[in-house]
Amino acid sequence: MNDNLEPVLVCKDLCISYYTRAGEIPAVVDFSLTVKPGETIGIVGESGCGKSTVAMAVMQYMGANGGIKSGSITFKGRDLTQLSEDELRRIRGAEISMIYQEPFASLNPSLKIKTQLMEVPLAHEDISKDEARQRSVQMLADVKLPDPERIMESYPHQLSGGQQQRVVIAMGLLSKPSLLLLDEPTTALDVTVEAGIVKLVADISKKFGTSQIYISHNLGLILETCDRVFVMYSGEVVEEGTINSLFTWPRHPYTHGLFSCIPLPTADKNAAPLKPIRGQLPLPFDRPQGCYYHPRCDHFKPDVCDVDHFKMEYVENSAADDHRVRCLRYKEIDHRQDTSDVEVKESLKLGKRVLNVDGMKKYYEVRDNSLKAIISGKRIRYVKANEELNFTARESETVAIVGESGCGKSTFAKVLMGLETGTEGEVRHKGKDISEIAVRDRSDKQISSLQMVFQNPFDTLNPSHSIGAQISRVIKKFGVETDKNKIFDRVMRLLDTVKLPRDFYFRKPRQLSGGQKQRVGIARAFAGNPSMVIADEPVSALDVSVAAAVTELLMDIQREHKTTLLFISHDLSVVRYLSDRIVVMYLGHILERGTTEEIFSPPYHPYTEALLSAVPIADPEVTKREIVLEGNLPSAMKPPKGCPFCTRCHRKIGDICDNEPPQNQAVSERHIIKCHIPLATLSEVAPVINVPDESERIHTQQ
Amino acid sequence: MTTSTTEMPTAGYGASFLRGLKSFTLLRESWVGMVGAFLVLFWITVAILAPYLAPFDPNSSIQPFAKPGIEATKGGGTFWLGTDHIGRDILSRIIWGSRTVLIYAPLATLSAYTLGILMGLAAGYRGGWVDDVLSRIADIILSFPVLVLYIIIIATIGASGINIIIAITFASSPGIMRIVRGLVLDLRNRDYVAAAQTRGESDWRVMLIEILPNARGPLIVDACLRLGYVIITIGVLGFLGLGLPPPDPDWGGMVNETRQMAMAFPHMTLFPCIAISTLILGFNLLADGLREISLRD
Repeated sequence: MNDNLEPVLVCKDLCISYYTRAGEIPAVVDFSLTVKPGETIGIVGESGCGKSTVAMAVMQYMGANGGIKSGSITFKGRDLTQLSEDELRRIRGAEISMIYQEPFASLNPSLKIKTQLMEVPLAHEDISKDEARQRSVQMLADVKLPDPERIMESYPHQLSGGQQQRVVIAMGLLSKPSLLLLDEPTTALDVTVEAGIVKLVADISKKFGTSQIYISHNLGLILETCDRVFVMYSGEVVEEGTINSLFTWPRHPYTHGLFSCIPLPTADKNAAPLKPIRGQLPLPFDRPQGCYYHPRCDHFKPDVCDVDHFKMEYVENSAADDHRVRCLRYKEIDHRQDTSDVEVKESLKLGKRVLNVDGMKKYYEVRDNSLKAIISGKRIRYVKANEELNFTARESETVAIVGESGCGKSTFAKVLMGLETGTEGEVRHKGKDISEIAVRDRSDKQISSLQMVFQNPFDTLNPSHSIGAQISRVIKKFGVETDKNKIFDRVMRLLDTVKLPRDFYFRKPRQLSGGQKQRVGIARAFAGNPSMVIADEPVSALDVSVAAAVTELLMDIQREHKTTLLFISHDLSVVRYLSDRIVVMYLGHILERGTTEEIFSPPYHPYTEALLSAVPIADPEVTKREIVLEGNLPSAMKPPKGCPFCTRCHRKIGDICDNEPPQNQAVSERHIIKCHIPLATLSEVAPVINVPDESERIHTQQ
Repeated sequence: MTTSTTEMPTAGYGASFLRGLKSFTLLRESWVGMVGAFLVLFWITVAILAPYLAPFDPNSSIQPFAKPGIEATKGGGTFWLGTDHIGRDILSRIIWGSRTVLIYAPLATLSAYTLGILMGLAAGYRGGWVDDVLSRIADIILSFPVLVLYIIIIATIGASGINIIIAITFASSPGIMRIVRGLVLDLRNRDYVAAAQTRGESDWRVMLIEILPNARGPLIVDACLRLGYVIITIGVLGFLGLGLPPPDPDWGGMVNETRQMAMAFPHMTLFPCIAISTLILGFNLLADGLREISLRD
């Protein structure tokens, strides 16, 4: 990187507002940014903090009701705010490209990839079709897509999500832009696919010299891709700096709060619980006086923080000279101190076995009515959603089921809840086989002892009924209480337990934020005193600070009720933090199961190894071994004949993997690996994640 | 945590009255909706106050072929809208006729909705053969031209108020069923429905309490539009002589009885037509207004 070069993009004192019926909403305030050639800038913040608005402003694509109130956006010496629509069209797509969150929404489903790719150079440059085609194929190869010629002839629906996003990135790079905007490019993708895209994004600037602005809510991804970071809060930048300086010595209490919300691979749920940020992001027209963060800040000082709004300032004595922060008291705050006063929670003693899954299988029948199928006599095919599941769960235990989408984890939850019935095998809950009993045939007691927390906070509550009515219905239905007053009292106690104000009883779901809805969902699941709760990705749709609070809440209630928690997730860092035992699933099979420590240290199943490598970790001192999986998840209709993972395995040992299903190998009594590779060999594998000892850490030495 | 003492709620699910009041205040922001609401309320008031508003007895023959604005020769009073060929005051007949329309149209719509919603819920929620059977029945009914269907039904079971309701229910519930079915297909995959299922709620409870309230937005708008169509239908049936049996006033019937004299005495057909149009316009504008609000919220 050369400091003498003219910057690609300069935003100066930018203020952006939206104009609605309710009046002017200042979305972004006082935003300044400089992007040098070849540099990757990360913008991180929770939803609603204005990061996408910045990207839209750079594209000058604000919609009818948005406008730049003051400030300038200078792109290669030209002020974008002053250009005409015609001039802007020549810049968009040619010199500035943007990549959006959902690849399937960015590609036109009715056009072939080649048409969509070739359109880019044809529209912006005066070149022949052959040349455009050549460049497109070359670019597809550059974004590491296998068999570019075949992809050129495909329609978007014939590609997987990861491939689609690579095509979108190729499209963005085709006109050789000087600036690439990426707005949460991996949020809609699976972890192992995400790892591949992140690696690609990190290579782009090296290979093409393109400057990038990478927008994400995930600090770990920012660390892996960017050179400099901007932390945004409520429409303004609160801290900026180089990756090293900001991740090692975060100065702003909000940045620090964000880090405390993320479970690091070293964290233990009992010794060092997550520290959620209290309160909520203020609404744009409702921002507090002075520092916008002060109502949520632990270091708030009256008459200092809540007086005037103030500018960013350079951090004194910083290792890097361009670390800036928007905090009046950053020099006085010692972040090391407040790590010591967290309460240490007692670890739970495990009780008797509550759940016993033994050889559970779930096949879905699919009727094929094509002529070919009728002739060959194979009318009925099976989707093997779950294949031979075996595991147990004890009282007070947290068992996590981990795997990518399509691995069969949600199907298993459905069988457990009785929404589907199992095809074969047993699922014993408190000694009774429930796999073949649909929910309508179960007794009230069976139903009430198994409850679920759902994934999508916007879908989990019925928008037509009040919070109170929805919780009391559960209590009434399960006969926990019958008297009206007692039901009411119990709902009040439940609202206290999930830390919601009591007058939420009368509220409708639309008056609640995502995190609050998820708390109500938890209250509802625990209303019938269940012995086991299934949580299907309960925090994956929430912002980090809110997710931390909900995770902590879930565990506190579990502690209190001695509930068995079955936690379904794709996020290994959360799973590492809260679960006692982990079950790794792939294509309906359990590939590895064991305690959390066993899963996170060798011997690993090769798939576990890849999953671990894909976890983004927001700590610059933790090193990871890089394993990027090739290819896609095979279809559950046509699983591989041998090991289910053989098509993507980086440690494949030969034909045996393709042809023979592997046997379970027992490392210890409850640690099982399903692989052909001998345990001795697997044990020699080096750990994927290397965490330096506490004494070797830089920030403790300062 | 707030320590405010919370009182027992009076009703668990429900309290929809206040919500209705709120959506009416919202309606004030849409002038189209306001005009519609005004027209509808105007006719409802007329129907309620009919005995006090009507200057003459609607069924008694007073003075034939009187033009609008003519004074009655005996007994006093003015025929503001004239009289028809057998001497009945048109204004009084329109005023009393609003009662017929405003009683039978909502009743018929309500009955069509009840059947249509139940069928749509069952088809959308249960799926499988239930859906197949109900959908094919709906297809068959919808394949008939509506007018032919009405004529066949009324001709078979006879013309009376209750039979009009039956005919309209029969002909329009398949359309309603399709709308409800489509909405249910989307709503049944929501997590809150799964939550209700996993606590072992009965199918009917899930359909009526968990799913139906969330489909109300599009259904209310459709109901307003459909009320307009039903008023047209009642008018058309009256015009075809399949409406209410005479002598009770019926807007459609009034047009039918006087249509041969329309050239010479346009007021006899014109005023009942205006009455029909304004009421239908009212319901359609109201539906537009409601849709505008529902999109905004």
